[in-house]
Amino acid sequence: MHSIPSVRTYVIVWAILTVMTFVTYYVAQIELGAWNIVVALLIAFFKMMLVIMIFMNLKADSALTKLFAAGGFFWMILLLGQFFIDYVSRGWMPNGRMW
Amino acid sequence: MSTALQDPQVVETPNYLNQEYGWKSWLFTKDHKRIAVLYIISITVMFFIGGVFASLIRLELLTPQGDLVNSDTYNKFFTMHGVVMVFFFLIPSIPATLGNFFVPMMIGAKDLAFPRINLLSWYIYIVGAAFALAAIVMGGVDTGWTFYTPFSSTYSNTFVITAAMGVFIAGFSSILTGLNFIVTVHKMRAPGMTWGRLPLFVWANYATSLIQVLGTPVVAITLALVALERAFHIGIFDPAIGGDPILFQHMFWFYSHPAVYIMILPGMGVISELVTCFSRKGIFGYPFIAGSSLGIAIIGFLVWGHHMFVTGMSMYASLYFSLLTMLVAVPSAIKIFNWTATMFRGSISFDTPMLYAFGFIGLFTIGGLTGLFLATLGVDVHVTDTYFVVAHFHYVMVGGMVLAYLGGMHFWWPKMTGRLYPEGWGRFAALLVFAGFNLTFFPQFITGYLGQPRRYHAYAPEFQVLNVMSTAGASVLALGYIIPLIYLIWSLKYGPKAGDNPWKAKGLEWQTSSPPPTYNFEKTPIVTEEAYAYASHDEHTSEGGLK
Amino acid sequence: MSDTHGAVAEHSEHSPHLRHHFDDMAQQFDAATLGMWVFLLTEIMFFGGMFGAYTMYRGMYPEAFASTSQYMNPLFGAMNTAVLIVSSLTMALAVRASRLGEQKSLQLFLILTMIFGIAFLVIKGFEYHEHWVDMKVPLFPGHWNYSEAPQFAQQAQIMFCFYFFMTGFHALHMVIGLGLMTTIFVMARKGTFSTSYFAPVEISGLYWHFVDIVWIFLFPLLYLIGRTKKLI
Repeated sequence: MHSIPSVRTYVIVWAILTVMTFVTYYVAQIELGAWNIVVALLIAFFKMMLVIMIFMNLKADSALTKLFAAGGFFWMILLLGQFFIDYVSRGWMPNGRMW
Repeated sequence: MSTALQDPQVVETPNYLNQEYGWKSWLFTKDHKRIAVLYIISITVMFFIGGVFASLIRLELLTPQGDLVNSDTYNKFFTMHGVVMVFFFLIPSIPATLGNFFVPMMIGAKDLAFPRINLLSWYIYIVGAAFALAAIVMGGVDTGWTFYTPFSSTYSNTFVITAAMGVFIAGFSSILTGLNFIVTVHKMRAPGMTWGRLPLFVWANYATSLIQVLGTPVVAITLALVALERAFHIGIFDPAIGGDPILFQHMFWFYSHPAVYIMILPGMGVISELVTCFSRKGIFGYPFIAGSSLGIAIIGFLVWGHHMFVTGMSMYASLYFSLLTMLVAVPSAIKIFNWTATMFRGSISFDTPMLYAFGFIGLFTIGGLTGLFLATLGVDVHVTDTYFVVAHFHYVMVGGMVLAYLGGMHFWWPKMTGRLYPEGWGRFAALLVFAGFNLTFFPQFITGYLGQPRRYHAYAPEFQVLNVMSTAGASVLALGYIIPLIYLIWSLKYGPKAGDNPWKAKGLEWQTSSPPPTYNFEKTPIVTEEAYAYASHDEHTSEGGLK
Repeated sequence: MSDTHGAVAEHSEHSPHLRHHFDDMAQQFDAATLGMWVFLLTEIMFFGGMFGAYTMYRGMYPEAFASTSQYMNPLFGAMNTAVLIVSSLTMALAVRASRLGEQKSLQLFLILTMIFGIAFLVIKGFEYHEHWVDMKVPLFPGHWNYSEAPQFAQQAQIMFCFYFFMTGFHALHMVIGLGLMTTIFVMARKGTFSTSYFAPVEISGLYWHFVDIVWIFLFPLLYLIGRTKKLI
């Protein structure tokens, strides 16, 4: 049907994912204030994209499938964002910080 | 009308009903049409169970004092009425019955994409219903169908976990149905059936399916958390340790508001089918009706806070939700305008399905407009948690959804069963439903506005007259439901045989026999005309009647 | 991509795996994959609801949540992450093998994936045991002791509840995944799969990768909060 990545591609992606895991672990030990959580989530996001695009082969899939995948992720953000509207404007999030 | 053919032994063409006999052929079927029939039977049972609780509520409210039952028992009545009606009747209703039956046929497919998952969804529904019935039989639940914490998670002494598990399980039935429809509509349309030619009933079910897959999982996890909290006696929603009950409400309503669109969108899809057929006219503004279904589905996820204006949610969040709720009314209004424009200069016939469609358009408009009152922050503070809200949602759910369901059932009954129902009784029952419904619920707008709170088994004596009217109306409404139950079942054996297309309707489903063969189409149809290609009204006089 | 399929399948020529409501194997495969992606979308919202609630509480009680980090074992967490990532690799290789019709490789990679999956659950078991010993399991009476930081004792309970629920639901999905893998393995042993029929392997792979992705987010959120802070 559509193209399948090579073994080499898969192993490289695996290596990057493992390295990023170590990076996440060690960066968490460094004091970055509010940026700690941002960095951690960014790295997680990047790892997720690798798994989705390469391991799950979304890169080779149709636009429709990509739309559904992106849509799901977007919908979760929609949930979180609207929850935030209430809690932040109530002043229940001290300094808006989440470590 | 016509002579009733009394002999059911007359040789029939093979169809999905007579192709195989025996309980195994039904309980292990993969045919979407048989599964639809299984669902019709199940949700009818649940509807009448929910109706029993409604009757108990109205009986208690005949008198201002709480004299029939005590308040705890009354709490169980309205909780079970809500839980059964919302999760076991309204949510599955049209998609699982008429949707299951007709979505594949309308797109020219032989079945849904995943027939076994379709059957699984019915079994899951039955298991969920069993849990709910178990909760009822063991003594009921008294938290309200909304399961607000910390009452439901900590303080209630009723079978909350059982009921919550029933709803959780039924949610998966809903998810699987939605998933099936989405894949089917994307991947299994017949040649020539472009998105722009899809019947609006299919668009409606598609939009509904999107809501089902995006929203239901959230209520699933929410109820699971409540059940876990109850089981382990720890309070993630309990203020005592820092939990926030409003967080529960956010999570619950994130699904439960879009849920009301799960309930109404398929009904709107039915109305599009009915209005076109019984006006002998193409739909006015096809792209707008299709697009408005998607619009309702999407915006519907941005408005849930309007259930929480007085709970302690922030004022800024309230402003956001109020504004968006105003916005979500727009696509619904577009539909009402377009249906009206469709009927303009149409050749209208007043058969039973069309009577229900008229009822829907009027009653849904009232229900929808009163929703705007509730969306307005200042007004909401006054009428929230009163009978005004109760009247509002019954206007859209019963005046809207149930009427659409009944209209659809009558419209497609000849197709599904091969039999005609008695038209005179059909019209009579439709009028009874309309009259009974208004008598039941219009007084509730008044009492609610004047201050009668909801979920109370007693009320101030000055409201008694209106409450008695409401209960009287409920009796008429009940009769209006029971009569079709009787004549529809009667027609299975004694109704006249229906031809392939008694309404002379457009749509691929009408090109098959009544009842349809198991595989729907001898040959995959090739679609060349637009949806609702009814000839101009000059060519036909009133053609919509039964022949 | 064409969404309308014309030809009715010719009975004599089609694969024995073609289900008759489909026109051809391509349509069947497309439907199966889209169906699995839609299902994963529901899973995103399922876990998303929990992530949402967790995030709100974390925003409300940042210090209490940060104080829990010393009772988490980030080494176990990191090991688990690494184990799941390598299981995703073997799963991807299994899917690849099924597409190419390489039966032996397919079976090997499926077994490896399952071994790593079981390893994940074993490590999780050790972790849960540690929490039990430490008295950090508020789900059961008498197993909660936060005397080291009593000012956070109540809110930390919320955090630990979410920890157990989130990792618990994740572990449940892992168990289901192992069940799926077992079924696929048995089918592979019977020679069910070939270059023209491998959809079940492919969609099981999608499910497995998704469970991995959930953990990829759980790890930093649950284990690495405030590791730089010395609050106690």
